[in-house]
Parts: sequence; C-alpha cells; structure tokens
Amino acid sequence: MFELERWEEIFDTIRKNKLRTFLTGLSVASGIFILVVLLGIGEGMRNGISQEFQNDAANIMYVYTGVTSKEYKGLNPGRRIQMKNEDFNYTALKYQDDLEYKSSLFRIWSGLVNYGKESGSYRVEGVYPDYQFLENSGMLEGRFVNYKDDKNFEKVVVLGKKVRDDLFKDRKDPVGEYVQISGINFKVIGVFTDPGGEREESRVFMPISTAQRVFGGGNNIANMAFTLQPEDNFEAALAASNHFSAEIENQLKETHTIAPDDDSAVSINNSLENAKRFYDLMDMIKFFFWGVGICTIIAGVVGVSNIMLIIVKERTREIGIRKALGAEPLSIVGMVLHESIFVTAIAGFMGLIASLLLLEFVGPLIETQYISNPAVNFNVALTTVFILVIAGAIAGFFPAWRAARIKPIVALRDE
Amino acid sequence: MIEIKDLHKSYKMGSNSLHVLKGINFSVAEGELVSIMGSSGSGKSTLLNILGMLDEADEGSYTLDGVAIKNLNEKIAARYRNKFLGFIFQSFNLISYKNALDNVALPLYYQGIKRGERIDKAMSYLEKVGLADWAGHLPNELSGGQKQRVAIARALASDPKVLLADEPTGALDSKTSYDVMNLIQEINDEGRTILVVTHEPDIAAMTKRIVNLKDGRIIQDTKVNQVRAQQNV
Repeated sequence: MFELERWEEIFDTIRKNKLRTFLTGLSVASGIFILVVLLGIGEGMRNGISQEFQNDAANIMYVYTGVTSKEYKGLNPGRRIQMKNEDFNYTALKYQDDLEYKSSLFRIWSGLVNYGKESGSYRVEGVYPDYQFLENSGMLEGRFVNYKDDKNFEKVVVLGKKVRDDLFKDRKDPVGEYVQISGINFKVIGVFTDPGGEREESRVFMPISTAQRVFGGGNNIANMAFTLQPEDNFEAALAASNHFSAEIENQLKETHTIAPDDDSAVSINNSLENAKRFYDLMDMIKFFFWGVGICTIIAGVVGVSNIMLIIVKERTREIGIRKALGAEPLSIVGMVLHESIFVTAIAGFMGLIASLLLLEFVGPLIETQYISNPAVNFNVALTTVFILVIAGAIAGFFPAWRAARIKPIVALRDE
Repeated sequence: MIEIKDLHKSYKMGSNSLHVLKGINFSVAEGELVSIMGSSGSGKSTLLNILGMLDEADEGSYTLDGVAIKNLNEKIAARYRNKFLGFIFQSFNLISYKNALDNVALPLYYQGIKRGERIDKAMSYLEKVGLADWAGHLPNELSGGQKQRVAIARALASDPKVLLADEPTGALDSKTSYDVMNLIQEINDEGRTILVVTHEPDIAAMTKRIVNLKDGRIIQDTKVNQVRAQQNV
C-alpha cells in the first residue's frame, strides 16, 4: 500500500485517464456535496422553526377559567368562574421558589386607543412587570411597566411596535407623549417588540392595578401566566410543569367549588406540552433529512459501484496484458482498489470542503423565515465520506477480483 | 528447453466437447527458432497458450527449462510467465495509455525493479529494436510495425528463456512483416529460443524448423534451411 512504486504506477494511470478519474470523482464529490448541503439545510430548518416557535418563553403556562359544565355540591352547571387577585397571589406566594416569572392579566374590553387624530382598537391589558419576560418581549424604546407603577396606580402604558407605527405616523418618539384609552389619558413609557410578530405587537400594556381601578375591574383577572425555574433537561421540565399545572388546577377547583372532573371550568395551556409536539416535529424533520441523506448516499454508492464496474470492464484487456507480463492476481486487485480508494477519497474530501465552504459563507446570508444558520456536524460529514470511500472500494473489489481471476487468454480475447 | 509429452486439451462447447489437442509430443532445444503451422482450428494457438501458461492442459506433462509446469496457481503462473516467457501477440496488446517506454518497462515493474533502473533497461531494449526516438509516443501514434517492435522489446525486457509469438505478422503488410521477422531472426541469432505460430508459409520459411499441426496432432516436424528475412527487405 505504501510502496513508492505502486504510487507511481497509480499516479501514472490517473494522469493518463483524466476523464475516467474525473467522472468517478464527480459522482463521489457531488454525492457528498448534496448530502452535506441537505443535512445543513435540515439543521437550518430546525434552527429556523425553533426560532419561529420561541415567541413565548418555552415553558410558559396560561391558566384560564370558563363556565362549569357539571353540578357540584348543590351548585348548578353553567356558572362562570371568575379568577380574582387572591387566586394569583396565593399561587405566587405558595410556589414562589418554583416560579421563574409570574403575572396575572386583566383585559380591558373597550380597547380604543387614540393619539391626536389617529386611533385604533387594540388589545389593552393590565399586567405585572414579569409579563415582559413571559412574552419574551424586547424594548425598542423606554421601559416596561415596573413595580412602582403598579404600586402607585400610575396611568402609564407600553405600546406594541405596531401600535406605535399606527398612531405615531410622524415617527415621533412616543415616550413621554399621552394617548387616550377610552378617553382617559395615559402616558407612554415605552415601546416593545415581540418575536411573535405583528399580532403580538398590536397590544398595549398597563399596570394591572391601574387597569383594575380605572376600568372598574374590581379584583378580577382574566388569566394567569407562569414559567417554572429551568430544569436540566426537557423530560424533567415537562414533568415539573405537568405537576405544577395539576396542582394549580386542583387548587382553583377547590377555591371555586368546581367538580374535580369538570374540564371546561379551568383550563391550563401548558406550552411545554405544545413544545413536546414541536420537538416531535423537529425530530420528524430530522428523520426526513436523514432519510433523504441516506438515499443520497445509496444513490452515490450505486453510482460509484457502476463506475467501478465499467472501469474494471474497460480495463479487462489491460488486466489480461498485465497478467501475461507477470502480474499476480493480488497485484491487479490492489492496483484497481488503490486507484479507486485514492480517487474517491480525494473527491469525497473535495465535495466535503466545497459543501462546508458553501454552508459557511452562503449559509449566514439566507434570511428566510424558516431557515436560519444552516450548519452540519463535521463528524457526520466525515463519516459519510468514509462510507462512500469504503462502498466504492467494496464495489470495485468484486469486479476487480473477478477480472484478476479471469484467465489471461480470455481477458486478452476481450475486444 | 521445452519438453511436452502426450498433451491433451478439450473445450466444452455447451453439451459438446471439442477435442482440440489430441496428444502432442514435442520438444524444443535452446536456441531454436520454431514455427508452428496449421490451418485455423488445428490447435496451434491453443498449443501456444498452453506453452505460455495462459491456458492449462487437461492431460500430459510440460517441462520448461527443467521446471515441471503443473498444477500452477495463479500466483506462481504469473511469476513463471514473468521469469521464463515473453509474449508477442498478433494484436500487439500494448497498454494504450502508456507510452512506448513505459510499455516496455512494465514486465520489469512486475519483477520489482526500481523505476530508474527500469527506465534504463527499457530504453536499451527500445534502442535494440530501433525505436529509441519513439520512446515517448503512445501506441496509437505508432505504425503497426513500430507497435510490434515495441511489443518485441517488451517481450525481451524481462530477459525470458523463451519468446512466444502468436501470428506476430498477422496484422502487418509483407514489407513490415519481413522487418519484424528480421528482428526476430536477429534475436534468435543471439541464442534466444523462439516459437512462432503462423499460417503463412513464407514466414514459416524464415524459421529453422517447421512443425505442422492438423486436427490437434503433429503431422510433420522438419528442420528447414532458414530464409533470411533480410534478403526480402
């Protein structure tokens, strides 16, 4: 294998059979290239879709109440269950060590907001400061609602980016300006952006205490949102959040006298449950791209095998000549394999390098919604190169072995 | 040099068996130039292939330079071919992508000789056949006669005991044929044993002994007065 003479003979053959070498190399290189780019795009889709789904904190839980559907302890079905501040405060206090962020929300139904001549109808909601993190909102200007606002019943609002764009047509800095909500002046303290896009950015937040007092909400709340402290892995996080949501549900049912098996009165939207479906989708995408990738490899292997068969066939006469001149069968097999392994390995690495360069330099430029930062695991790519090289060698071995065993007289007769 | 006794060979053609060689007894001494003649189907090429270890006999014994050629595996056959035999074919059988020099050097590669020495030796044999100036040319840039001379140089390169030529002039016109025969005679003059298979009487007349084959048997084996090819050129 490492004899200089053999290498010289191989290089000689390669140099003088450029087309054959080129075609073998091309099929290997393109196979690897396609595979690596496909895997890269698959990874990019994974990243892109993850980002798309990350508009809320991944482990957020929303608690809603609705209408009872079952008679319980002498109470009729059809009662509307209204959550109160106490429900939120109790939960927040009881689970304060487990919770990362927590907020209740009070919804103002007449959400007409106007500034000067511009007006629009938006979701106007009273929230706690934590809500910013529950929604994964980022601040474009100013700040979010804080505890002091809440404590002092400040009449301040935070506008979504879409709301600002609608109302402040002249692109004036809205911070410090006053907008009217249902005719009442509120001072704008900030503008937020939300990864959820326009729908999430056409909301207006104010301190929940202000909202309840100004809009006559008493101590009613529309829903509660929580996130738990992060866990080490997905399974643990899922277990913790299922446990937590079950406990809240029980507690709410107890306080509001709801039948334990009444599903419609309290609903908890556990985004981690949704996240599980999302991760399943990710796995499906991954499987799909692997499937496509494996098919590509198979196609590549078949291509390489084909070429090896043709090469050996084409060289049958040459093999006969070499045998007549004293070549041993093993040296014939060695010659064919040595050449094929050398060519496929070099071509494989060239395909690998080309595709990695493409992913490296073109990848970051891709800015579609569902593909982001395509990349590929280098070891995986390297493995595929080896698979193809070995497959090429095996595919080359059998015809070479057969050719080496043909009697020289038969091989020489081959025209 | 060559000693064969009671050689039989048959080929299976579907259900029929074709008995090609029906007991050949034949020997060749060192330095002889023998032509094997016969019409097509007489078994002359089969005989040559068996002598060249390219094919195996069914029965009979074959001794080459005192070595019994029997039950050879591929590896040993290859080694013997390389050491004892040089082949000259009707269709030249040069490797098309190698130039004349590399073609001549190929048997030396299989003898395990280093590249530098290989090239020197090959060059000296090319000179011998008068093609030193054509060393860098590929076979398809050479005329038929030149190709056959390259093939002869290649056959000589491994310094074999016996040269086996299968219709060496079969693909050449008569003038070139005589050129090639002249070369073969010169090589024989140096003492090398040569067997030529041919069906052309004028070529056979240029050897020292004619063996006539018919239907797988030797019907005639006569020493002749050699006609020098030089006279015809």
